[in-house]
Amino acid sequence: MAEASSDAARIAAEARDRVRFEEEALALADQVYSVARHLAGSREEAEDLVQETYARAFRSWRSFQPGTNLRAWLLRILTNLNIDRGRRQQRAPQMQALEANDYFLYDKLAQDDGGLTDEDRVVERLSQDDIVSALSAVPHDFRDVIVLVDIGDFSYQDAAQILDIPIGTVMSRLHRGRRVLKRELAESVAEDVR
Amino acid sequence: MTEPHDDPCAHCEEMMQPYLDHMLSDDEMREAEMHLDECEWCRRRYRFEESLRRYVRQAANQPMPAGLKVKLAALRIPLE
Repeated sequence: MAEASSDAARIAAEARDRVRFEEEALALADQVYSVARHLAGSREEAEDLVQETYARAFRSWRSFQPGTNLRAWLLRILTNLNIDRGRRQQRAPQMQALEANDYFLYDKLAQDDGGLTDEDRVVERLSQDDIVSALSAVPHDFRDVIVLVDIGDFSYQDAAQILDIPIGTVMSRLHRGRRVLKRELAESVAEDVR
Repeated sequence: MTEPHDDPCAHCEEMMQPYLDHMLSDDEMREAEMHLDECEWCRRRYRFEESLRRYVRQAANQPMPAGLKVKLAALRIPLE
């Protein structure tokens, strides 16, 4: 009798934990989607990916350790699914021609504008479309890191865990990826002018 | 101690990313700040980089399509 009631209490407690987990996960959906949108190739793909991620998360909620970073846990599932869906495995990205230095985008934009002095105004020469398309032109391995750190606001450590790569690799890809992004932005501005 | 550099602006440029990521050592941080205090040319470029990062974050932040949240909620496992 006592055993039956303690079983019932255990089941009820587990159901409460699961509901809480699901609610916390759903509250993060906007942020998860925002990252997925740039990891995946298209809006549709991002939507599918987020749905698959949540389906898997709800099934395997017991493997989440309460008190750890749930958003990072969800993104880890999502990046693994993204790779499973035919994204090539993470490997050393091909080295392309060396990007110009770190100041060159500013130099280009400020020069085209006849020496504007307000840095915020210089940035505004780039449209939202310029940014989204430049980002999608950055090779996957670099883009994943930029999206997690610069857009998703994950620490280097979290990004390393999500992508299962060493933290030094996160840093070098981030550094290089930001330069590639700036090169793409500079090119999109050049095209707008034409 | 950090060594003096032949081209302080080129060195400042190398420090920009780790500076904005708060990854410089205290000595390097001081060095970058001393240079930025006296060099408007580099200061502008640092400010631009900060604005750019903010701007990329805003531009890249896209709202979730209407209906997706409902679809996600429907994936919850019903209580028995």
